[in-house]
Amino acid sequence: MTTLHASDQRIETRVRVCHMDQLTPELGVAALVGDTQVALFLLSDGRLFAVQNFDPFSNASVMSRGITGSKGDIPTIASPIYKQVFSLATGQCLATMDKDPQEGNPADLVTYPVTQDNGQVYIDLAGGE
Amino acid sequence: MSAASNPTSPKQIVVVGGGMVAHRFTEAMRARDTDGEFAVTVLAEEPRRPYDRVALTSYFTGRHPEDLELGDRDLWDHPLVTLHRDARVVEVDRELRTVTDKHGKTYPYDHLVMATGSYAWTPPTEGADLPGVFVYRTIDDVAALRIYVEERAKEEGRPVRGAVIGGGLLGLEAAGALQELGASSTVIQFNDRLMNLQVDVGGGAALGRLVENLGVTVKVNTATQSIKPNKTGRVGRLVFADGGEQLADVVVFATGVRPRDELGREAGLQIGERGGIVVDDACLTSDAAISAIGEVACIQGACIGLIAPGNTMAEIAVDRLLGGTSEFPGADTAAKLKLLGVDVASFGDAHGTTPGALELVYADPVAGVYKKLVLTDDARTLLGGVLVGDASSYASLRPMVGSELGGDPAGWLLPEGAIERPNVELPDAANVCSCNNVTAGTIRGAVTEHECTDIAAVKACTKAGTSCGSCLPLVKKLVGSELEKAGIEISNALCEHFEFSRAQLFDAIQVSELRTFSEIIERFGKGRGCDVCKPTIGSVLASLHNEHVLAQDRAALQDTNDRVMANMQKDGTYSVVPRVPGGEILPEHLILIGQIAKDYGLYTKITGGQRLDLFGARLEQLPEIWTRLVEAGMESGQAYGKSLRTVKSCVGSTWCRYGVQDSTTMAIALELRYRGLRSPHKLKMGVSGCARECAEARGKDVGIIATDNGWNVYVGGNGGFTPVHAQLLVEDVDDDMVFKVIDRYLMFYIRTADRLQRTAPWQQDYEGGLDAIREIVVNDSLGICADLDAHMERHVDTYEDEWAAVLRDPERLRQFSSFINAPETPDPTLAYMPERGQRRPATAEERENSPVLIASPTLEVRS
Ligand code: SRM
Ligand SMILES: Cc1cc2nc3c(=O)[nH]c(=O)nc-3n(C[C@H](O)[C@H](O)[C@H](O)COP(=O)(O)OP(=O)(O)OC[C@H]3O[C@@H](n4cnc5c(N)ncnc54)[C@H](O)[C@@H]3O)c2cc1C
Ligand code: SF4
Ligand code: FES
Repeated sequence: MTTLHASDQRIETRVRVCHMDQLTPELGVAALVGDTQVALFLLSDGRLFAVQNFDPFSNASVMSRGITGSKGDIPTIASPIYKQVFSLATGQCLATMDKDPQEGNPADLVTYPVTQDNGQVYIDLAGGE
Repeated sequence: MSAASNPTSPKQIVVVGGGMVAHRFTEAMRARDTDGEFAVTVLAEEPRRPYDRVALTSYFTGRHPEDLELGDRDLWDHPLVTLHRDARVVEVDRELRTVTDKHGKTYPYDHLVMATGSYAWTPPTEGADLPGVFVYRTIDDVAALRIYVEERAKEEGRPVRGAVIGGGLLGLEAAGALQELGASSTVIQFNDRLMNLQVDVGGGAALGRLVENLGVTVKVNTATQSIKPNKTGRVGRLVFADGGEQLADVVVFATGVRPRDELGREAGLQIGERGGIVVDDACLTSDAAISAIGEVACIQGACIGLIAPGNTMAEIAVDRLLGGTSEFPGADTAAKLKLLGVDVASFGDAHGTTPGALELVYADPVAGVYKKLVLTDDARTLLGGVLVGDASSYASLRPMVGSELGGDPAGWLLPEGAIERPNVELPDAANVCSCNNVTAGTIRGAVTEHECTDIAAVKACTKAGTSCGSCLPLVKKLVGSELEKAGIEISNALCEHFEFSRAQLFDAIQVSELRTFSEIIERFGKGRGCDVCKPTIGSVLASLHNEHVLAQDRAALQDTNDRVMANMQKDGTYSVVPRVPGGEILPEHLILIGQIAKDYGLYTKITGGQRLDLFGARLEQLPEIWTRLVEAGMESGQAYGKSLRTVKSCVGSTWCRYGVQDSTTMAIALELRYRGLRSPHKLKMGVSGCARECAEARGKDVGIIATDNGWNVYVGGNGGFTPVHAQLLVEDVDDDMVFKVIDRYLMFYIRTADRLQRTAPWQQDYEGGLDAIREIVVNDSLGICADLDAHMERHVDTYEDEWAAVLRDPERLRQFSSFINAPETPDPTLAYMPERGQRRPATAEERENSPVLIASPTLEVRS
């Protein structure tokens, strides 16, 4: 996965990926930013979230096809393959379903800042954590 | 007697008889003799493993003899257990301590257990030896009865006339069996009422009316004098003492049982006045090296023809051999029966013989209900009772015999809910499960000390409820309240967002007529949902309205595979499994499937469900593949979704030399009827053209097997993790009836099952089991059949090819792009390796090391 290091230089690191109209509430989509795959979600309350599309528990790039939901107050996404649940806000793995991530992968997802500007949706890879 | 005294070889126990009680003895010995002090050899006269004689009549409702086997078969493979079948013992030599079987084989014993049970006794009657006269005791008896009735029916070309002599428990069971076989039945009772041993005059009258309503003729106060042959020398008619006559093609004697004490007599053991081998409270006979248990034992002055006391004796005999001191507590002769579908129960002092006893009676002749409680003279303590027509309170009342009822006892007699039933706490000593002698205290202990948290665990731990099952409602109640006390919530909540079970949610959604997830969660739940409740609601909405799985806000509710209507594979690509209804396929369609596979480089495999699976299609390729199928008149198929999968068929009568019906046509009709039907779990069906069962229909949720006269419909079969054979729902029905009962069965399942509960466990857990379900879907006992029919009709009428529907809808088609900003670009992380001429996903290692990766785009060249 490429990680651009946004230094303190004020260069534009956000990338436009789509128009708000193209998103359906609660139905994730994948976006290709450089060669990084990002899973993008618009919730029914209007919030936008972006996390890595790569599922650490299966090595498949599928998070955008998971089911959104909540655990307590935390908005979540469940992997479509083995059903691990992650926080959309922090990427933290909230339920491992008694499994370990595939070798070499951290269990948590990287999240990316996502913004809306004039109907356009931007993802900022540099802000990924 | 300790293992130490003889460390090498275990002591030999020989059990004569391989019936129910012998089974319990062996099972208890193996469970408790953990040091391996005793080896058990069981010598059985019958040619089969011990079976559930109490459930004998279920043989007529389609249960296979093997289904009646008791306990776990592994018991007979235990190194310290030997079972010899077809090995009737003919001699006991008490001096040499040996027994000899009919083959002349001799077995030495250190301790002998007589468990020879009873035989069916027939009063000396002229003609009792004619062909067509039967008794009702063993599987062989009932099998012979069945063959005879079926043959007579064929020969005569009219319903067979059946007569049962004896109006007790067994007589009514036999009458039910005759009806089940399509024969008419008349019960001839010497006494003034049916079941005179168990019920009083009022109860007998109510029972008589209920039974007659079911089409059984009852003749009381009638003595049978002789049985006369017809022209062919077989049973033709009965002649009664009062000169009356009755035509009969088959006669079953159910006039009581007598202990099989002949071996004991010959060996010189003490025999009771009215028969039976006399034993003391430790179940020892007059020879301390011999015990007798079960129906053959004359204990406290009588032989008892019930299984519960027999099991108690088996436990005592084991306990004593292991050095224990338990004693026979006296027999609990309480019984609850379901005869011909009529509830009959009696318990305690049912006839009110205790001095000063009061009787409290409630009778509703219209509803056919009779209930009586026998109370002490102060009307406080329960002594016994009789319940006919509605025995729902039996499980709660029986254990309270000897305790104060509290409150107004009438609460127990009136229909439930009429006045409140006093809430009494059952004493720990109360015997809750009489079959297995489990007290309320033991059940509570299972929860508090053995950490059982559900009924299944309590059953496994205590054995309560594992025999006749009549105590289960009470066991459930006790476990529930004990868990509650322990602060363990027994929750049937779906997930943190819904407090409801799936069945409750189904009702709520149906009644409220809500159609979107957001409305439903707002009204009935909380939070934003999750991957448990969202697909459940998606499935319920699909079952109710049969709208497209991706309609409205549905797409976001669907589980992985339904969301794109194909099965996701481990690398995030999909498999496509075109529908091949009934497994029949045109050569052109085969070629097309092959061509698609070639064009897209899809790994191809024949599935276990009689169709072809194409693996490795990318999300953005699915619509193209579907288009090609639809254009050729095919459709993709549900290998995903909690929905109908395939209807497996055999070739059937069109080609097969044994086939008796056209199973392929039937399978195709079924697949086309139920395709797309959403349910709590997946559904599979099978249709076989004859009893050879090449389609393995009984391993399916619904299995149909051809008969000479039509079809037998079996339900609740399962392969997978816990294989179960499907059970017979209806027999010899025509095509229309096949559809009708399956429509109802499936709809009822869809409405009431739990999330991800397949038909087999649903059917087993349903209160009253398959019998109750049959009542509902065949006899319409809940009056909901019209509703179920309409519901299925709607499904059939509104079915659409869900893949073609997506192709017509640009909005939904957009969901099939790989990336929102690069809709055609393949997922760059996919990687494959060649294997046997096809490709498969690369392993993690291969991805890192191998230079020979085949990136998928190179394979998908399509001209
Ligand atoms: C393809 C196939 C294996 C094959 O290569 O032959 C298969 C493949 C899968 N089976 Fe199966 N089962 C296949 C026949 C069976 C059979 C045999 C049969 O149907 O005759 C059984 C046992 C019979 C039964 O279901 O009662 C079977 C018992 C299961 C089970 C266990 C179900 C259970 O009740 O215990 C699962 C797991 C589940 O459904 O929860 C399962 C689940 C699956 C899933 C859906 C797992 C998944 O979610 O990825 C597999 C998807 C395959 C795919 O991606 O296309 N599969 N599976 C067979 C497809 C038949 C078809 O044409 O539809
Ligand atoms: C149709 C029917 C319904 C019933 N319903 C109920 C009910 O609802 N509730 C209830 O409590 N009870 C019921 N009973 C009674 C119950 O089945 C018996 O109480 C129970 O089976 C007794 O067990 P047992 O082991 O003593 O005898 P059995 O189960 O009869 O077993 C004795 C076995 O010993 C074998 N045997 C006999 N002699 C020899 C020999 N010399 N050598 C080798 N083997 C020998 C016999 O062949 C038989 O298999 C019912 C019985 C029948 C027939
Ligand atoms: S089940 Fe019967 S009809 Fe069908 S293929 Fe087998 S033998 Fe032939
Ligand atoms: S009373 Fe028969 S199983 Fe419990």
